[in-house]
Amino acid sequence: MADVGILSFGAYVPRRRLQRSAIYAANAWFAPGLKGLAKGERAVGDWDEDSITMAVEAGRDALTGIDRASVGSLSLASTTLPYADRLNSGIVKEALTLSDNVAAFDVTGSQRAGTSALRDALEAAAGRSAPHLCLAADMRKTCPASDLELLTGDAAAGLLVGKGDVVAKFLGAYSLTMDFVDHYRTPGMDYDYVYEARWIREEGHVALTSRALKEGMAALGIEASAVDRFLVPISAKGVAATLAKKAGIAETALADTLQASLGEAGSAHGLVMLVAALEAAKPGEKILVLGFGQGADLILLETTDAISKLAPRAGVAGSLAYGAKDENYLRWLVHRGQVAVDKGMRAEQDQKQPSTTLWRHRKAAMGLVGGRCTETGTVQFPKSDISVNPNSRTSHTQEDYPLAEIPARVLSVTADSLSYHPNPPLYYGMIDFDGGGRMTIEFADVESEIEVGAEMRMVFRIKAVDEMRGMVKYFWKAAPAR
Amino acid sequence: MARGIKDKVAILGMGCSRFGERWDMDADSLVVEAFEEAIADAGIDVSQIDAAWLGVGFDAMNIGPSGLPLSIALRLPNVGVTKVENYCASGTESFRGAVYAVASGAADIALAVGVEKLKDTGYGGLPVRSRGTTFDLVGVTGSAPGNFAQVASGYRAVHNIARDDLKRAIAHVSVKSHANGAKNPKAHLRKAVDMDTVLNAPMIAEPLGLYDCCGVSDGAAVAIVTTPEIARALGKKDLVTIKALQIAASNGWELQYAGGWNGSYFHPTRIAAKKAYDEAGITNPREQLSLTEVHDCFSITELVTMEDLFLSDEGQAWKDVLNGDFDADGRIPCQIDGGLKCFGHPIGASGLRMIYENYLQLLGRAGDRQRQTPPSLALSHNLGGMPSQNVSAIAIVGLADA
Repeated sequence: MADVGILSFGAYVPRRRLQRSAIYAANAWFAPGLKGLAKGERAVGDWDEDSITMAVEAGRDALTGIDRASVGSLSLASTTLPYADRLNSGIVKEALTLSDNVAAFDVTGSQRAGTSALRDALEAAAGRSAPHLCLAADMRKTCPASDLELLTGDAAAGLLVGKGDVVAKFLGAYSLTMDFVDHYRTPGMDYDYVYEARWIREEGHVALTSRALKEGMAALGIEASAVDRFLVPISAKGVAATLAKKAGIAETALADTLQASLGEAGSAHGLVMLVAALEAAKPGEKILVLGFGQGADLILLETTDAISKLAPRAGVAGSLAYGAKDENYLRWLVHRGQVAVDKGMRAEQDQKQPSTTLWRHRKAAMGLVGGRCTETGTVQFPKSDISVNPNSRTSHTQEDYPLAEIPARVLSVTADSLSYHPNPPLYYGMIDFDGGGRMTIEFADVESEIEVGAEMRMVFRIKAVDEMRGMVKYFWKAAPAR
Repeated sequence: MARGIKDKVAILGMGCSRFGERWDMDADSLVVEAFEEAIADAGIDVSQIDAAWLGVGFDAMNIGPSGLPLSIALRLPNVGVTKVENYCASGTESFRGAVYAVASGAADIALAVGVEKLKDTGYGGLPVRSRGTTFDLVGVTGSAPGNFAQVASGYRAVHNIARDDLKRAIAHVSVKSHANGAKNPKAHLRKAVDMDTVLNAPMIAEPLGLYDCCGVSDGAAVAIVTTPEIARALGKKDLVTIKALQIAASNGWELQYAGGWNGSYFHPTRIAAKKAYDEAGITNPREQLSLTEVHDCFSITELVTMEDLFLSDEGQAWKDVLNGDFDADGRIPCQIDGGLKCFGHPIGASGLRMIYENYLQLLGRAGDRQRQTPPSLALSHNLGGMPSQNVSAIAIVGLADA
């Protein structure tokens, strides 16, 4: 029987790294006790990013070199899903231009949603005919001047789970489920209500998790000394080291929690750490992943020779290396809707999105799928009944032509300070895709001036939010090539 | 080619409201202000008007749909009134309707009206609006300066022009227009500006600063047209006739066809210009045209348009501009009335406002700003949309014997 495990992996960390010192500087008057947490930086999504857009990027990274038509199902784990009732993973499916025949579901409700989804995918893999794309993303909304504001960070991870030439073999899993209420959030609440940190640490992070480790390692039949990488996605100080010590796992096996450079990415963090571990791992390493939240998950994996043959990808390391320092705490609060600014009357444009139009154009709008004329090869976006090629009047000849993964070059550009934009100025321009296709498109992640001729890559982002009707609208933008 | 419109229709009278922030007036009152001047100039009675066209750009913002608001404002004698909208070319579009009606013989005397009431939006610039539910899924709703700034980046890249050189050239465009507008009692902005002021103004859409952008104002303009025979029968001696009237519309090639358009010019303007020169029998526009009024919504638009009208060599307009070729005393003055720069751009009115100035100049009625060399042929150019997708309208008018 073929091995079951992880076939591929990827991750995404937004570009901006908010300096914790900037958060602390603004809040020290009120909460001087935060000083101990005011070190390093945390990843923050731009105004047009959320758990869906980050999951799409992680999914693209995980599917590097893989035929998208081969994916049989996907799941998105997060406690910060933009839609309470509209399949969030269904939006991801459209953006990734996966087959209409995939199964998709959202996983939510606890900080271990990511590890639970992965455990489930690994256990179900033997019975699935096609790989499952297991995504997790979180962008937690945290109360200003709270510990969580400094501890968390925004990120996403993706793992393709299935049978065959796996890069990490699934050796087993163990879970405990116990209603330990370290925090909670009910619908309508802006922020988590968090209980006392000392109690969470002693009874939850240490006692509950140690029980899971003790029972789980026995059930999985693994000696502590055999664990090469121990992944504890808990950033509270000293917890990981205490757990390792109690379980007898070598301190050298402890993985970096990425607290200094990213922050704890909520329910995605275990998978983010797993991707980071897989990036660094050599064949034959045993990786033990922990998940914590109203119980605990343990997942045991062992890397194979295939891991050294995986195509290069951004991953966690690449995303972290691509960071840009940000000191603007207030801008972040505005982007996360925590401080209101006077947007001006230009922001009053109605953003209503008729579902009928979206349904007709879902491939173009969500997947950046253009058309390619089967007779002349002319590529265009969007598709049209009659080709844009001036030398032919071919009609009804266009087949789907996905553009999202094709590099493009800038033909014209401006920085528009008149239009309303959440992060002014609005950068946009025309781009030509390599091999055909041209469009006017908004630019994202602009840190310095963009010149005509610059190479761009497409990114899936929030286009606008219809605040009157609560709808988040998505489309693609062009970002400078990394 | 079609036989064209040359000399088949004459302008019987024209009028133009004062442009500006007309807090005192609705669109219909602006129309009345321009119409009263036009009908007095024409020397006819309203009952002699056989048909009317109304050009308005933003229907939600000002007078609402249909031709009815014009019919009611002027109490027209229950004639056919058609409202037209073709982006910023709406003014020339209404003129085309009236001129074609007369040329066809369907009407003896026809009325063209353009009006826009922009200053009820509550903010500067043009109103923000949808371009349809499908466009809104995938398109970028940039501002007008943002859209037109794109051509600056394309023009500079294609012709390898230094950033500062182009910035100075477009600044000269605005300095020149302000100098002209200062002499025009109907202009919105009547203050001369110097290069430093223009160069150091706040950036609106890179590289366009505040003074690279035309004003936003309220205004109306009116033309009454008829056949040359009827005009003469009504006692008109110096006739201004229509020599050419062409509109060209993008078909998506510039915006969608990779490797085609290079982003540095206005494709439909070149097509409309060629057709207009053919229609008017103009073989050498640089020698034959006396002056131009072009769509200077932004300074860069005017500069690039000089090439698209074949008045400058490709890639050379920035030098010609700096050389003063299009100044009031230059080889072919452009915006001798101050242009959109000083009048602002009440969308529906602009095309007719340009023709109004050309009409006055041809008849020697332009007062302080009258071109010294007596003009015989004058071109106006009205552009709607954005560099990558637009409607370009050209009207050439001239003395009947020119």
